[in-house]
Amino acid sequence: MYDNGIEPALGVWWKPAHRAEKVWIAIAFAWCMVLFAMMPLWHLKGGQNPTGIRHRVEPADFEARTNEFIEEYRVGEEAGLPIVEPPPGAEVYLVGKMWQWTPILRLQEGATYRLHMSSLDVNHGFNLYPFNINFQVIPGYDYALDVTPTEAGEFRIICNEFCGIGHHVMVGRVEVVPATEGAARAGGAE
Amino acid sequence: MNAFRTCPTTGLSIHRDADKLIKAHAVAATVSLLIGGIAAFLVLLTRWQAIHLLDAVWFYRILTVHGMSMLIFFIIFFEMAVLLFAGPILLNSRVPAPKVAWGGFGLMVAGAVLVEWTMWTGKADVLFTSYVPLKATPNFYLGVILFAVGALVTVGIFFASLVVAKREKTYEGSVPLVTFGAITAGIIAVITLLHGAAIYIPTWLWSMGMMNVDPQIYRLVWWGLGHSSQQINVAAMVSIWYLLATLTVGGVVLNQKISRTAFVLYILFISMASAHHLLVDPGMGAAWKVWNTSYFMYMAVLASMIHGFTVPAGIELGMRLRGYSQGVFGWLRKAPWGDPGFSSMIFSIVVFGFVGGITGVTFGTEQINIIAHNSLRIPGHFHATVVSGTAMAFMGLTYYVIPLIFRKRIAFFKLARIQPYLFAIGMLIFSLSMTFAGSFGVPRRHWDISFSGAPFDVQYSPAVDIVMAVMAIGGLMGILGGAIYILVTVWSVFFGKPLPAGEEEKYADSIPQGLITKPWTQIPDTDRDPETPWKIGPVPGTAVLVAVFFLAFVTYYFANWALLSFVWKVG
Repeated sequence: MYDNGIEPALGVWWKPAHRAEKVWIAIAFAWCMVLFAMMPLWHLKGGQNPTGIRHRVEPADFEARTNEFIEEYRVGEEAGLPIVEPPPGAEVYLVGKMWQWTPILRLQEGATYRLHMSSLDVNHGFNLYPFNINFQVIPGYDYALDVTPTEAGEFRIICNEFCGIGHHVMVGRVEVVPATEGAARAGGAE
Repeated sequence: MNAFRTCPTTGLSIHRDADKLIKAHAVAATVSLLIGGIAAFLVLLTRWQAIHLLDAVWFYRILTVHGMSMLIFFIIFFEMAVLLFAGPILLNSRVPAPKVAWGGFGLMVAGAVLVEWTMWTGKADVLFTSYVPLKATPNFYLGVILFAVGALVTVGIFFASLVVAKREKTYEGSVPLVTFGAITAGIIAVITLLHGAAIYIPTWLWSMGMMNVDPQIYRLVWWGLGHSSQQINVAAMVSIWYLLATLTVGGVVLNQKISRTAFVLYILFISMASAHHLLVDPGMGAAWKVWNTSYFMYMAVLASMIHGFTVPAGIELGMRLRGYSQGVFGWLRKAPWGDPGFSSMIFSIVVFGFVGGITGVTFGTEQINIIAHNSLRIPGHFHATVVSGTAMAFMGLTYYVIPLIFRKRIAFFKLARIQPYLFAIGMLIFSLSMTFAGSFGVPRRHWDISFSGAPFDVQYSPAVDIVMAVMAIGGLMGILGGAIYILVTVWSVFFGKPLPAGEEEKYADSIPQGLITKPWTQIPDTDRDPETPWKIGPVPGTAVLVAVFFLAFVTYYFANWALLSFVWKVG
């Protein structure tokens, strides 16, 4: 008797499996273990992990901290937004609110910064163009990630979480200057 | 009047209440599909920048309508019909408490109407996910609550029908595999709907200013509804694969133990997949993310990979037992490709597995999600699972339900034969293009990717324009396929010609082939040797197919790790 899907299974159906089924299950199981192992392994050896440092924060407190940060490292203004150039290793703050990213960041290639992100109103999405790096930005949470720009150039921060009618104009800017130029600036400032 | 009628095609006793309830749920599902489909058309023509049809307000409004109508109303109405089919009908039993069942249906309809009303009147422009603190009018949340309670009632009726069938001995042995799969879908539905209650009730109170809801907690619990509801789909869809395999080609079940255990793995682990949406969120740590996104070390993925083998192997074996045993793929060449039930099932299996499954596991990997989250890669993934997988399987099933339950012939049967091809190929082009555009970082849920009015310019690669145009063409093909489906089903049900009992042979031009040849009755009744029960014939064709699948999976998965390694260092 062959079983099918629409008729009741009669008698004891707990029987040894088809040989091909056994082989496939063994392969699939081994693959599942590879899939599982890759994530902890990347935490140990890989350069891109979404863990970071995470805290609850009152939106007003986060805004105040961002304003202090802007005042401390402000070097100019563009499109009504402050341009901020923090030194390598600095704590960097980025605020998302309807519908802008503040401030404009000027970073140095190859240097590492601790980037804090949060929102003052609703959920926003951090998308770094053209590299396609994405993080969720949630009001009430400070998400701090150590980032190292690996390439100099012009970058954009595109909001990719729906945040209301002006969602599509929510574009921010990041500029990464070459390592040599950055070092010269730092030297000049001293 | 007798409470039962005997199905002249299958010999099953069909309870008249089950008949009517299935019809009502199927009609509600089709109405939802029509609304969602019109919304799909408008959204598609807006995202295609060359046309850019709607303004921003209406784009997000219609996108909300599209998500709710398709992912909640269409899918869950249809699933309730599937449960009522897999329970009372396959078990020859009655529907216990039919009035309560109608009450559940009434609540679902009332909830759906309320939600549609709030969305179309612009009081709920919050998209499908309604992430707090974006706020809709309280009636939006109330409507979802009513709908969920109604669905819970219907799931309860399904479970009660199992008890009644057992007690009244309407079947012998263990429930059929399809019913077993439907039970897993029912259990996952309970888990899902309880999550829905746990988040929509507080959010409803919040919308009236009576309490606070934390935005991160909202995302955590909401996805217990949002993703788990897609897992009801998976369990229901796989059950339909087994069902259609038997009806269309006499597909056999290689081993009940293996297939049923795989369904149990779904119940145990698949709901953990809601973590897929929270991988780049600040609220959770690495251990939580790795453990949950992997559904307990990928045991739910194992389950899908098992079904992905046993269903085609059962089809292959069914065909071989019926004499189509030439070479490795003779069974596939001789398969009834003109039967819309069969072609739908095959497309559902292939696109769900190759596109939906592989992209889903890859994007659901903790770190790889960094280069996928909220980009078009995500809707690319779930249009391959929910649309090309689940909806395609539901469509294939409908071509059998219309003659079996409605006792009507299929109208425009020639159109019905090509419908699965049009829909599957269109949706395949659509999902692949979305996935590709998303790998350039193109965001999902975005009105204008030319960013006009933004303070800084963004210029995507010219390739993106081409890919988005191809996406639009694929989407239009899919919508045309969906429209044909609605035309055929509505016309058949309301204006179709009846199918007289026992006269299937006369109507080869208007009912699917499986109902005429009844292939499941043609399987030779040979007993297997109890010493070597696994010796039920080789399945070389399926072995080749799963090997190709496995290679595609491994390649795509590691290619994404390579892509990830090129971006900025983040940690």
